[in-house]
Amino acid sequence: MNAAMAPGVLSVAYIAAAVLFILSLGGLSNPETSRRGNSYGMAGMTIAVGATILGLLFTTLLAHGNVVASFGVLAGTLLVGSVVGALLAARVKMTQMPELVAILHSFVGLAAVLVGFANYLDPGVHLVGTERTIHLVETYLGILIGAVTFSGSVVAFGKLSGRIGGKPLLLPARHWLNLAGLIGAVVLGWRFVGAENLEAGLAALGAMTVIAAAFGLHMVFAIGGADMPVVVSMLNSYSGWAAAATGFMLSNDLLIVTGALVGSSGAILSSIMCRAMNRHFLSVIAGGFGAAGGTVVAPLTPAGEVRPITARETAELLREARRVVVVPGYGMAVAQAQHVVNEITRQLRGKGVDVRFAIHPVAGRMPGHMNVLLAEAKVPYDIVFEMEEINAEFPATDVAMVIGANDIVNPSAQEDPGSPIAGMPVLEVWKAQTSIVMKRTMATGYAGVDNPLFYKENNRMLFGDAKQMLDEVLAALKGA
Amino acid sequence: MNIGVPKEVSAGEKRVAVSPGVAAQLIKLGFTVAVESGAGDAADFSDEAYREVGAEIVADARSLWGLADIVLKVRAPQPHPRLGVDETELMREGACLISFLWPAQNPELLRRLAAKQVTVLAMDSVPRISRAQKFDALSSMANIAGYRAVIEAAHHFGRFFTGQITAAGKVPPAKVFVIGAGVAGLAAIGTAAGLGAVVRANDSRPEVGEQIRSLGAEFLEVNYQEEGTGAGGYAKVMSQGYQNAQWELFAHQAMEVDIIVTTALIPGKPAPRLITAGMVETMKRGSVIVDLAAEQGGNCELTVPGEVVVRHGVTIIGYTDLPSRLARQSSTMYATNLLHLLEALCPARDGAIVVDMADEVIRGTTVVRDGVITWPPPPVKITAAQEPRLATAAPPHAAATGPAAVKTGGSPLLRLVLTLGCAGLALLGLGLVAPPAFLAHFTVFVLACAVGYMVIWNVTPALHTPLMSVTNAISGIIVIGAVLQVTSPRGVIVLLAGIAVLIATINIAGGFFVTRRMLAMFRKERAR
Repeated sequence: MNAAMAPGVLSVAYIAAAVLFILSLGGLSNPETSRRGNSYGMAGMTIAVGATILGLLFTTLLAHGNVVASFGVLAGTLLVGSVVGALLAARVKMTQMPELVAILHSFVGLAAVLVGFANYLDPGVHLVGTERTIHLVETYLGILIGAVTFSGSVVAFGKLSGRIGGKPLLLPARHWLNLAGLIGAVVLGWRFVGAENLEAGLAALGAMTVIAAAFGLHMVFAIGGADMPVVVSMLNSYSGWAAAATGFMLSNDLLIVTGALVGSSGAILSSIMCRAMNRHFLSVIAGGFGAAGGTVVAPLTPAGEVRPITARETAELLREARRVVVVPGYGMAVAQAQHVVNEITRQLRGKGVDVRFAIHPVAGRMPGHMNVLLAEAKVPYDIVFEMEEINAEFPATDVAMVIGANDIVNPSAQEDPGSPIAGMPVLEVWKAQTSIVMKRTMATGYAGVDNPLFYKENNRMLFGDAKQMLDEVLAALKGA
Repeated sequence: MNIGVPKEVSAGEKRVAVSPGVAAQLIKLGFTVAVESGAGDAADFSDEAYREVGAEIVADARSLWGLADIVLKVRAPQPHPRLGVDETELMREGACLISFLWPAQNPELLRRLAAKQVTVLAMDSVPRISRAQKFDALSSMANIAGYRAVIEAAHHFGRFFTGQITAAGKVPPAKVFVIGAGVAGLAAIGTAAGLGAVVRANDSRPEVGEQIRSLGAEFLEVNYQEEGTGAGGYAKVMSQGYQNAQWELFAHQAMEVDIIVTTALIPGKPAPRLITAGMVETMKRGSVIVDLAAEQGGNCELTVPGEVVVRHGVTIIGYTDLPSRLARQSSTMYATNLLHLLEALCPARDGAIVVDMADEVIRGTTVVRDGVITWPPPPVKITAAQEPRLATAAPPHAAATGPAAVKTGGSPLLRLVLTLGCAGLALLGLGLVAPPAFLAHFTVFVLACAVGYMVIWNVTPALHTPLMSVTNAISGIIVIGAVLQVTSPRGVIVLLAGIAVLIATINIAGGFFVTRRMLAMFRKERAR
């Protein structure tokens, strides 16, 4: 092999990696094929990184002859990073998945920023004219998106792990602040492209990074807990665009392809989540849901009282039912109740009760959160259904058991056009013969809307910590 | 306060006002409970069962009444057959009685109770508003009556309800016609449909059609325009024209069906005559009529209240004690209604009741307050539009259409054209100024976006979390950029690139491994 062959081999390796990445995402269309899909992804990554390092080794050997220092750094960081990552992955609890995903997003963002700066500092790049302008704009954009992703993900991580309160923080005139940030970024970009020397360019770049980071912080701070699934998928998308912009900057097609795949994946997820909440993407990003952004909504206080129920009575209702649908929400994740839920499911199914699960697209704090928790508890995935699949079946259901969910089962989304969640698709649990809602208190959900379901004639409230209550239900089921 | 539960003295009454389960709950509310010995026998609740939950068993009726601060009964007070005095006389002054009372029909009883300086809550006077449904013993009893009516009919009917094709020949399904779709009527519909009969039903209130259909029955409307809903969700008297059209419908049905269940009642009026002797004559031999309105004179002309008679070969059941014929069930439900009422009367859960006349429901139910007759109550202006809840019937497989997602404005075509136009112009602009190298990369980018779009929409929503973690791992590909920079001679660049490699690698390893961990959990149920 000689030096001229190296770029060709590298390109072929990159094409293979890109195809493997696409296959990897394609595998996720079905749980059966998903494991193979993940292996494709790993193979693709190994090929890409391996080929890059080999190519680098080859070219540096030819050019300098001395590579020990650089490759020492490389080997060390790769090794440490892999070990740390694997440990993180092995240690994380399934209920903490949203946090892990958020913090990993921040890493991509930070990496994009660092690579961008390093690239700008690299004296080896000499371009002129339009090409130089385009290159600078690419660098600038890569760092911008990276910085927003980084700071936004850090805040998202803080919110999801409970280190920062979940309530939206609404600065006065926040839209103007964002606009000022945008204008500032454009002006700085202008100066950066026109910068005479490295120092002036770096100053503009640094100022922009600070503005972008502040924008990311502000954006996620202003978003309420219920919108977290949108935010997490949006940051997922950003991390992809950051990689794509870096790819443009480095003229690396693999980075561009991968970034575009990830970017569009996150964008589609965000759009699915927005649709599930009947909200416009921009209004989520603008933030402040639950504090009634703009319009003041007079909360309807449904006259009526709730009918409490004990764990023992719940067990009886479940045992005597023929069809049961379980609707899990964030409360199940918080209480870590998924294993008890599975145990109850097994007991009931053993007694011939048809138990199924209904998953709302935005249940939990990230897309698919509930599915992962149920899978962890070994609930077979073929009894877990999406909203569209199961909503029509509630009228034929004897008991609908809602575990720590609120807004996603709120009938006012359909019945009250003035409600802040009007038009949001919801699980129609009230159409079941009886619904049981497990909740700690009568507090409202993240949307801050009262839930008329609680006052419905055929609804029962089981107050208490989901885990503890379900333990009691299970004990009553086993005892009988 | 002490709650006394006497044995019912009315002949043939098998119910008891409090079940052992409810007795236990009452004790939890802070009351003491005394039950007359043998009170629950006919409803299959032994004295022992009451004793077990902490109630006291009192052998002597007189001392039970004398000790009770609150008396819970099913039937209104009447002369005690063994003691030879009226039950009213046994009550302590200042005590409280909760039972069925029918104050409109029993003004004399009301006066005697008032003379005893007692407080009386009549379970038949609970206002028909949604909040009071849990106290509504009339509904729970009607539910049982409707169920039992069909069971009685099945007992007297000579065939299966469900159609069958067997080696021994074909059996047609029984045809059941239910008149009046109140709580009892709906329960009858549900029960008959559950047994496999072909069920039709009629009601003068058009809004109950949906409920009838929801139970799997056919709603036969009278072909005449008139709204039949009166105050409080009950039916009202209809016009002559309507009645003629209705008569025609019933006459036609009588010739066709095997079983008729009538439940038509108008409050405070004798039951409307809906099935004439002539209609009975045209029915097939062996048919059955169950008249749930027998006590109020009957919907059928030939009904004999309290008895089963055969006229023109048709069995006409006029039992007036259908709930009592299912004594254990009706006692349990009645007791639960009483428990809910006592819970409302005893908000402090301290074993003392407060009759709060400001509360609309309590006000309506109370007919005598400390010796003063408070019946009739001022009219309640809320109509109970809520459908009655059925305990017996399983709801139907009505396919509910999901809510159509509300999309925000603008003509979709216009928006599409605008979007495409803008994108086209932007691309044109780009093509004019950008160098070819950039355009090559840009082509790759756009194609990759398109591929991503196609692939991602196929991902099952259940795997959205693994999708995020795997895309996260993949976006760690940015490591390549950092790797290329590590060999730079400049220390700063090596430092920056080194950090980038480190965190990107954490990202890659973490993302892939956690995805693998998650995906390993997704399992299909193994075939048993």
